[in-house]
Amino acid sequence: MGLRSTRLRLLLTTAMLAIGAGETQAQSINDVQKIAKDRGLSTADLLAAAKTYTPTGMKDEYVIFSSGGHSGQVFVIGVPSMRILRTIAVFTPEPWQGWGYGVGDEILAEGNVNGKVNSWGDTHHPALSETNGDYDGEWLFINDKANARIAVIDLRDFETKQIVKNPLFINDHGGAFVPPNTEYIFETAQYNVPWGAEYAPMSEYKENFRGAVTMWKFDRKKGRIDKDKSFAVELPPYWQDIADAGKLASDGFFFLNSINTELATGGFGVEGAKKPPFEAGVSMNATDYLHIIDWKKAEKVFQAGKFSKIKDFPVISLQDAIAEGILHVTPEPRSPHGVDVAPKGDFVVVSGKLDPHTTVYSVEKIKKAIANKTFSGKDEFGVPVLDFDSVMEAQVEVGLGPLHTQFGPDGYAYTSLFLDSAIARWTLGGDYGKLNPEPDWTLVQKTPVHYNVGHLGAAEGDTVDPDGKYLVSYNKWSVDRFIHTGPLLPQNFQLIDISQQGTEMPVIYDMPMGIGEPHYAQIIKADKLKPWSVYPEIGWDPMTQAVDPWAPRPKMERIERKGEHEVEVFMTSVRSHFAPEHVTVKQGDKVTWRITNTERAVDATHGFSIPVYNITLSLEPGETAKIEFIADTAGTFPFYCTEFCSALHLEMMGYLMVEPAE
Amino acid sequence: MGRGDTIHTSGDTMTSFIEHIIGPRIDQGEFKRNGIKYGTPGFLLLLARIMLLVSLFVPFWHMELVAPQYPENLHLIAYVNHLSGDVAEIDSLNHYIGMRPLGEAAQFERAIGVYVMILFVLMIELASWIHSRWAVLLVLPVLLFPVVFLVDLHLWMSHFGMNLDPDAPLSNSIEPFVPPVLGTGMVGQFKTVASPGLGLMLSTAASVTMIIALYFHRRAYLPLLKAKKGL
Repeated sequence: MGLRSTRLRLLLTTAMLAIGAGETQAQSINDVQKIAKDRGLSTADLLAAAKTYTPTGMKDEYVIFSSGGHSGQVFVIGVPSMRILRTIAVFTPEPWQGWGYGVGDEILAEGNVNGKVNSWGDTHHPALSETNGDYDGEWLFINDKANARIAVIDLRDFETKQIVKNPLFINDHGGAFVPPNTEYIFETAQYNVPWGAEYAPMSEYKENFRGAVTMWKFDRKKGRIDKDKSFAVELPPYWQDIADAGKLASDGFFFLNSINTELATGGFGVEGAKKPPFEAGVSMNATDYLHIIDWKKAEKVFQAGKFSKIKDFPVISLQDAIAEGILHVTPEPRSPHGVDVAPKGDFVVVSGKLDPHTTVYSVEKIKKAIANKTFSGKDEFGVPVLDFDSVMEAQVEVGLGPLHTQFGPDGYAYTSLFLDSAIARWTLGGDYGKLNPEPDWTLVQKTPVHYNVGHLGAAEGDTVDPDGKYLVSYNKWSVDRFIHTGPLLPQNFQLIDISQQGTEMPVIYDMPMGIGEPHYAQIIKADKLKPWSVYPEIGWDPMTQAVDPWAPRPKMERIERKGEHEVEVFMTSVRSHFAPEHVTVKQGDKVTWRITNTERAVDATHGFSIPVYNITLSLEPGETAKIEFIADTAGTFPFYCTEFCSALHLEMMGYLMVEPAE
Repeated sequence: MGRGDTIHTSGDTMTSFIEHIIGPRIDQGEFKRNGIKYGTPGFLLLLARIMLLVSLFVPFWHMELVAPQYPENLHLIAYVNHLSGDVAEIDSLNHYIGMRPLGEAAQFERAIGVYVMILFVLMIELASWIHSRWAVLLVLPVLLFPVVFLVDLHLWMSHFGMNLDPDAPLSNSIEPFVPPVLGTGMVGQFKTVASPGLGLMLSTAASVTMIIALYFHRRAYLPLLKAKKGL
C-alpha cells in the first residue's frame, strides 16, 4: 500500500509536470486521481500512459516500418505513441498516394508475372538498409511472398522506386534480408515449384521442383537493384524459410531455415488419395536443416562465371554450390520459423515452433566444423551436414511455440511464443553474460501478450547495436481487446517496456492494426531518418529523383497539339487553381498530361483527379508527374484537387472537354 | 612656430576655389602634435564606411508573419539588393487578396542599392579629406539613408496594400491595409511583426557616428578657417 501510493504520487507529480506549467492553475493531482478512479485505471496503467502518451507537437523516438501482409503495403508507425504515421503503397495500387492511377503504373508493371497484372502483394519482411550492420535510414526493401517479388523504397520520400519479379520461383518467404553493408538483398523461395513456375506433376517433386536463394545486387548510388549483377544459388527443394545475414563474427554468411525436408507433397482431401495434409507431412522428421550459405564465396563463383542461365538468370547449380563450399546444412528443431543472428554475429538462434527450446549455434564452432569437415553425413541431395553437437552452443527452454528472436543491448534475447501467447526474455552466454545479473542461457521473464504473437521487434533489435527500451509484440489475434468491428478483427500491436532489467517487462500500449495483417517489422531510431519535407526543386520527378526538364513551370502552361490525334498538356497547380483550367481535346486523342505542383510550402500537397478516366494523383510540393491516356470517352469531365489544400480548395478545379468524333 | 605657418595660401583664383572647398590642410608636424584632434573625424568616418560596407551583406529589415498553420512563422527578409525568406509562400498567399508579387516592389531601389551604397562609401571617403563645411553636404545624404529606407519601404507597402486586385479570390473579404514598417499589425489571420535588421542598425549607427564625426570635424577645422579668415 505504502509503495503503491508513493509511486502513484510520484507518477501524478510527473504527470502534472508533463501537462505543462502554464495550464496547471485550475488542474491538480486530485483531477488525475479522480479520472483514474472513474475509469478504473491502476497505477500501472497511469505509468504506462505516462510512458506512451505523446501530447500534440511531441514527436516519437522510434519509427516502425511494418509489413502489411496481404494488404501489399508498408505501414509507418511512431513509438512510443503507436500512432500510424502513414502507409507506403508498394505492390497494391493506393489512391491517396496516387499510386497506380496514372503514376507508379510502370513500377507496378515491373511486378507483372509473365505479363499478368497482380495488383496485390503479401509483404512479410521489411529490411532497412544497413551500413556496418546498423540501420542507416536510407532504403527499405520488402518481399511479396505471393509472387516472389522484391520492392525498393526510397526513404527520402517514402515511395516505392522499383519492383523486381524473381524469374526462378513464384513464392518467397526468406526475403528481404540484407548483409551488413547492403551489397545484396537476399530472397529465398518457400513453396517450391519447377524453375519459372512451369508445369510439372507433383509426382516429379524431387526431380523437378527447385529451391533457390537469389542475391539481388543493390546499387546504392542508383538506388536500384542491378539485375545484371544479380544471381541465384540453387538449393534442395525444401521449403526454405526465414533467413538472416551474418554480421561481424559471421560476416559473409547467410543463415536460412527450412521446413519440409520430408519433401512432402500433400494431397490431402483429394478424392481417392489417402495422403496426410501438408501440416502433418512436413512435420514428420525430428529435425529440418539450417542452411549455412557463404555468400561471399558464392559472389566469387558467380564473378568467375561458374553458373548456367536458367530463365535467362544466372544460377549456381546445387552441385557447384556443394563443390565450392558455398552450402552447408546442420540439423535444427523441426519446422522452425525464425533464425536470428546475435548482435556480435557470434551466435545464431533458431526456434523450432514445435519444440519449447530455442537452439543456439556458435558461429565459431560452425566455422571450425566447416574447416575440419566435421560432417555427420550428407542429405539426400549431397549437401554436407555439419554435426549438430559440434556446432550447437546451448538450448534454452523458453516456452511453447517459440518463433522469432530479437536482442537487447544488455545480453538479453527476446523470443515470441505463439502458443503461450507471451514474450520470453532470456539471457545469452559468452561475451553477453556479464551484461546482466542473471546466469547465462536462462529464461528470465515471460510477459503475456494478447494474443498469438507472430513476429516481435525490439528497437534496432536485429542490428549490431540494439537499443533495448521498447519491444513490440506483433500479435495475430486480438479476440477481446477492442470493440468488435464485425467478424474481421484487427491485429494487435502491443508495446512492451523493456528498459528495466530482470522480470519487469510490462505491456504499456495496445494498438489495433485494422488495415493489414503485418508479419515482421523493424524499429529504427527516428533521428536516423532524413526524409525530405518538400521535393528539392520544383519540377521534381520522384520516379528518377531528379528534375524533369519537361516539367511544366509557372507561365509556361500550355496545350500543344502534336499531330492529328496527339495532344500534350503542360499544367501547373498552386493554391488554389490549375493552369490551364480548360483542356479541350478530341475524342480518340492520345493525351500526354504533365502537371507540376509548384508549391514550396511544407504539406502543400495537391491532388489531381479526372473522373471516368480512373486517374488520381498525389502531387507533393515540387513534384511533377506525367500521365498518358486515350481520350476515348467524349464528354465534360470536371477535374479537381482531391487534397483539401486551402480555403479555396473547393474552387480548385477545371474542365476536361472531350469533343465527340464526327 | 605660429599656427599661420601651417596654412597654405595662393593667389590663383581656381586654386583658391578648391582651397575654399577642401578647407585648410594640416602638415605632418601639426598632425603629430594634435593627432587625436585631427585624427578623430577621419577615424569616425572610416568606422562609418566599414559599417555601411558590412550592412551590404546582412538583412536590412525583417517581417515575421505569425499564423496557426505556420508553426515556424513565415519570414520576409529585405537586403539592400534582394528579398529572401518565404517570398514564394507569401506571394502564394497574397494572390488570394490580390496583392502583386513582392518581387515587383522597389525593383529600381534594389537594382541600384549596392551601387548607391558604394557611392555613399566613396562620398564619405571624400568627405574625410575635406576640411570645410562642404563635408556636410557629402555626408548628409548618407546620414539620412536609414530614414529614406524606411519611408521608401512604407510607401511601397502602402502602394501594394492599398492597390489590391478587385478580381482576386478574396477581394471582398479583406479591406486594403498597410502593415507598419516597424512594430506589429494584423492582416487576416496573420500577425505581422516588422523589425529592423542588422543592416539597418549598422546604417543607423553609421549615421550617428557620422554626426559625431562632424562635431569633431567642426572642432578641429573651424578654428583654422576662422584663423585663415582673420589673416
